[in-house]
Amino acid sequence: MSHLDELEAESIYVFREAYAKLKSIAILWSIGKDSNVVLWLAKKAFFGHVPFPVLFIDTEKEFPQVYEFRDQRIVDWGLNYIQEQCPPLDEMDPTLPPAARLAARKTYGLKQALSKHGYSGVVAGIRRDEEAIRAKERYFSPRDDSGAWDLRDQPPEFFNQYMTNFPPGIHVRVHPILHWTELDVWKYTKRENIPLVDLYFAKSGKRYRSLGEQEITHPIDSTAATIDEIIAELEVTRIPERSGRAMDHEAEDSFERLRAAGYM
Amino acid sequence: MKPKTALSDCALRVICKMVQEIMATSQAQQLKIVIVGHVDHGKSTLIGRLIHDTDSLPDGKLEAIQQMCERRGMPFEWAFLMDSIQAERDQGITIDTTQIRFKTAQRTYVIIDAPGHIEFLKNMITGAASSEAALLLIDAQEGVKEQSRRHGYLLSLLGIPQVAVLVNKMDLVGYDAEKFGAVVEEYRAYLKEIGVEATAFIPVSARAGDNIAERSENMPWYQGPTVLRMLDDFQPRPPVSDRPLRMLVQDVYKFDQRRIIAGRIEAGALKVGDEVLFSPSNKVAQVRSIEAWSVPEAPTMAVAGESVGVTLETQIFVERGEIMSHVDDAPAETNVFKGRLFWLGRNALTPGSEYLLKLGTLECPVVVERINRVVDTEALDCSDPKQIERNAVGEVVLRTRRLLALDEHQQCSATGRFVLVEDYVPVAGGQIAMDGYPDQRNLVTVRSTNITAVGHAVTRAARAARNGHEGAVLWFTGLSGAGKSTLALALEATLFTKGYSVYVLDGDNIRTGLNANLSFSPEDRAENIRRVSEVANLFADAGFLVISSFISPYRSDRERARAAAGGRFHEIYLKAPLEVCEQRDPKGLYKKARSGEIRDFTGIHSPYEEPDAPELVIDTSVVSVESAIAKLLDYVKSFGADLERST
Repeated sequence: MSHLDELEAESIYVFREAYAKLKSIAILWSIGKDSNVVLWLAKKAFFGHVPFPVLFIDTEKEFPQVYEFRDQRIVDWGLNYIQEQCPPLDEMDPTLPPAARLAARKTYGLKQALSKHGYSGVVAGIRRDEEAIRAKERYFSPRDDSGAWDLRDQPPEFFNQYMTNFPPGIHVRVHPILHWTELDVWKYTKRENIPLVDLYFAKSGKRYRSLGEQEITHPIDSTAATIDEIIAELEVTRIPERSGRAMDHEAEDSFERLRAAGYM
Repeated sequence: MKPKTALSDCALRVICKMVQEIMATSQAQQLKIVIVGHVDHGKSTLIGRLIHDTDSLPDGKLEAIQQMCERRGMPFEWAFLMDSIQAERDQGITIDTTQIRFKTAQRTYVIIDAPGHIEFLKNMITGAASSEAALLLIDAQEGVKEQSRRHGYLLSLLGIPQVAVLVNKMDLVGYDAEKFGAVVEEYRAYLKEIGVEATAFIPVSARAGDNIAERSENMPWYQGPTVLRMLDDFQPRPPVSDRPLRMLVQDVYKFDQRRIIAGRIEAGALKVGDEVLFSPSNKVAQVRSIEAWSVPEAPTMAVAGESVGVTLETQIFVERGEIMSHVDDAPAETNVFKGRLFWLGRNALTPGSEYLLKLGTLECPVVVERINRVVDTEALDCSDPKQIERNAVGEVVLRTRRLLALDEHQQCSATGRFVLVEDYVPVAGGQIAMDGYPDQRNLVTVRSTNITAVGHAVTRAARAARNGHEGAVLWFTGLSGAGKSTLALALEATLFTKGYSVYVLDGDNIRTGLNANLSFSPEDRAENIRRVSEVANLFADAGFLVISSFISPYRSDRERARAAAGGRFHEIYLKAPLEVCEQRDPKGLYKKARSGEIRDFTGIHSPYEEPDAPELVIDTSVVSVESAIAKLLDYVKSFGADLERST
């Protein structure tokens, strides 16, 4: 088995555990490269089917290309698509730095969507190599009913056994690609020929390495216009993936505060 | 025309090609290693040093940490590279595992930093469990500490095959060879006691960079490898595709017209057309197809590590929790096994407690029947096994009501390990051992088909009317020397005199005839009892009071005998301490067992499981034969017939 085969097999195992053990869960779709891989893996795990609703939390501030791509994929992949809107900015914690405050809308949008639909959990495409705090995540990560994440008291995970039984009031985040790297995502996207928003590919010396809301996401300098070129670029880069995401850089603990409050 | 600013098309294409070649060789070359050891023995510093010395730091990261230190007025620490969570910096200790990657010329490493503080042991286990090798750090100044020992033990329980011990902070002991030698000697002796062998012992200073990437000039007396060299010598886990097939059934899908059994192959290989067995339901079917979505062509085989789905030629009922194997080389079946485990629960583990057992994809309640031993990682002697405290290690006997399919850990790790859950949270993990316990597979496998039982022309009631009593099974159980044969024969004579139809089935008599082909292995003992219980049932059908006199050490066997006899089974426990039985030793068997002439002797080499709720208990170490017979007689009268009164 190749490295990509091993990653895929592990993710499928996690997906199937989630499907077997959790009553009512949705896949959180950001429409970026990682969550596309997550949807693809769901189709692999369930033999061409996606047996979960696919939830999009709309900030109404995404790039137009993202919305176009979304509409096409819903049809092509036969998704059970559910969309919820984020609350207005002025309802957010005013002590957060500006970009983090903008990002916090998504967290609250998600919380509202979860309680409205009564989901006991969501599948999210986060990875350990993205950010130091995400490195500490579990495949099955319990949250209390306010969505908060207790980083200091997480359940142990070993022997391919996850926390899959929960007391009432707890819901769970499932992370099937936690063990992947950015480079793995690109190599797999290439191998499997998974469709992508074209903002990832360089135009006029710039491309987006990570996609978020337009106001707080910046492109990087790059000439990589194909997946092969992106892979070549990432093999030698020393710049972190989320360098274009403004909220990560405002304060040492912005990201931790967002995560503890339920940010993906 | 795409605008290019930095690199020409040609240069990019060359890089792409180079990268593809490197990928092809380096992709599989990834190794997960965990760094463990007592708190403050330098784990995070070592990792900071490793990623710096292999030039694996993102741009600006080192400067950012240096600036942060200046801002806070603290000296620079390599460990800060790891602890990028504010809370961890404030406390100065790692609280959860973190993963960092770095590369050597040979391969990529995923390095897992595991906390050394005992409070965070479950996080250390989370990090360590998925690793293929471990670096264990010991402070040269402080020497071997509690967590050095505990982590060493846990690495072996987690099944991590390669461990290198780094004796750190050599700069603080003047690079003294004797200090190094003393730590090595002490720790090597400890590892030997727990059956672990270290791959290497390396004297290092993570802070100063001695023997990490470069050979240290400060320790010319050390001739072994540097840490990086050692890492490159570690081997990935050997593939298990050549082992017997094991697939954990995760689910059965019916999203479309296909009925797909989904799961991951944990060991061995599978081909279309193979005859496969599902345990513990013991159903057999042939594989029609291996299903996959969006692949160039439908697979015809699959190997260990793959998450697959299969369809079968015949529709049998299979569910989550079963193990798929080939018909030969099937997993064992049992409802009792020994577990060597680490305990993470807030409350101590105690005998009699019930937990949720997770064994592969199976979940069911399990009771801790007994604690065999508790291992004190400090002293390594076995303390009083009343309970297993949090973060300790021990051996227990676990029992379930239902039949389980499993393997011994050394046979197959994925089906030979388990997790216990209490109040939703995983609290223990361990390895399975079966020594002393039988594989019950043969006892529950029905090999004949097309059989229809016939009814009898003479009814049970008619037989009871003629005999004056119903048929029944009096099942004597107890250690060898507890008095089973003596009391069985005496009771038989007494009842016969009183007019009962009675017959004794005795161990030695049955073993010279019907069961002459059986040994004393756990499996054959179980089969011995299965046959006896069926014979006893037939005698009871015929209207007899059957007294069966067998050690019958396994509770599962007696429960099966009870089930075979319907509602007329009476378990009579003849209780006597082992010392008393050994002293009596009427057949000289204990003596032979102690001298090694007999193996598998109950009470000495293999367990005797006391009855849970016997109908009658007689302590033969305090009761005479006469009063025991009186008690037995009273009991017989109580449940059925009192022939003296009716005549």
